[in-house]
Amino acid sequence: MGLDFSIIPKHLDIILLGCAWTIGITVVAAIISFFGGIVFAVIALYAPWIIRQPFRLVAWVFMGTPLLLQLFLIYFGLVQIGIDLPAFVAGVIGLGLHFAVYNSELIQTAILSVDKGQMEAARTVGLSRGQALRKVVIPQAVRAVIPPIGNNMIALLKDSALVSVIGVSELTLSAQRVIGKTYRPFEFYILAAAFYYVINLCMEWVQRKIERRISHSR
Amino acid sequence: MDIDLMLKVYPFFLEAAGLTILLSILTAILGLFCGILGVAARLSRFAFIRFLGAAYVSVFRGTPALIQLFILYFGGPQIGIQLDAFEAGVIGLGVNAGAYMTETIRGAIISIDKGQREAARTLGLSNWQAMYKIILPQAARLMVRPLGVNLNMLIKATALVAAISVIELTYTAQRYIGSTYKPFEMFLLAGVLYMIIIYVVGRGVTWLDRKVQIT
Repeated sequence: MGLDFSIIPKHLDIILLGCAWTIGITVVAAIISFFGGIVFAVIALYAPWIIRQPFRLVAWVFMGTPLLLQLFLIYFGLVQIGIDLPAFVAGVIGLGLHFAVYNSELIQTAILSVDKGQMEAARTVGLSRGQALRKVVIPQAVRAVIPPIGNNMIALLKDSALVSVIGVSELTLSAQRVIGKTYRPFEFYILAAAFYYVINLCMEWVQRKIERRISHSR
Repeated sequence: MDIDLMLKVYPFFLEAAGLTILLSILTAILGLFCGILGVAARLSRFAFIRFLGAAYVSVFRGTPALIQLFILYFGGPQIGIQLDAFEAGVIGLGVNAGAYMTETIRGAIISIDKGQREAARTLGLSNWQAMYKIILPQAARLMVRPLGVNLNMLIKATALVAAISVIELTYTAQRYIGSTYKPFEMFLLAGVLYMIIIYVVGRGVTWLDRKVQIT
């Protein structure tokens, strides 16, 4: 069976819809992973021992096991305990939490590298510990880790393809659906790859812009 | 938690873990090979070959590994490439990992001070000799740890071949989740095995890294 790229336009609408879903999933999961990362970092550093240690263990497990396995756990595990989430929600939560753990590692290092004097000064002018963290230390830490977090977000885009396996109709599953009808795997997977690549290039472009802005304002 | 069930199915997980390890080893070897080729291309004298190297890295790092696997496994037959799932898994993941390793190795090489190469050239070594005898031995020390990170990612990426039905650890977990409805127990079994593999490899990398440092 040879290649025939001329059948692509007929099915382009399904692929484009999948593309929109991929972008949506990536954006929502990225937001979850960013704020989740900050929360996780604060828990891992400042929570009482009894919470901190088990939490670190869970984070360690999430970094040591494949995302695909975690998605199965979340999707089927929530059903087991009686929470029947749509695949889309389970996928976004799984992706978001997975990358929140990775972001949290970056943010923890950054928080620890913020000068101690900042916290002391904030306490001296009357801020509570929580306020000092929230208003003085964390903003500085987050700014320092924006470039590596950007790399994680690009990795998140690519890993969003995995949620197709639990049945979320994003770009990869849309391509699979079209292939089911046309029996043209090569053409449509290449097309899907091309869309991922373009989104990826756009994200890298935005990342460079943001990095430049940050380095200017320093 | 259903301990009895876990005790009943764990031999299947052990067997699957063996396949995950085999996949990881083969993928790592192929990845390193592609990485070395990639670096050679990226540092080539010829602009066209440099472009090919850069395109390889950009495309394979810029698209999901899962899609790359699907193109190879499902799309391959259309262009005359017939592979079984395991072969497609090794080749797809290996070429993908190679793109990441290219950047790791290149990063180590270009971080070696320019003066080293210039000094070697001044002493009469050829370009190739300077690379082989002066720069690479120094760069090799720097790349152990970041290549270890690549290796860690690669082991977790082997889970993707579950999507093309290679019966490795994740596929086994998925199958037993489907038949027993005990996702947590199955995740625990597979997760512990992954953690053991990753821990052992991590220790090995740390050992090697310490071994190659000069101080």
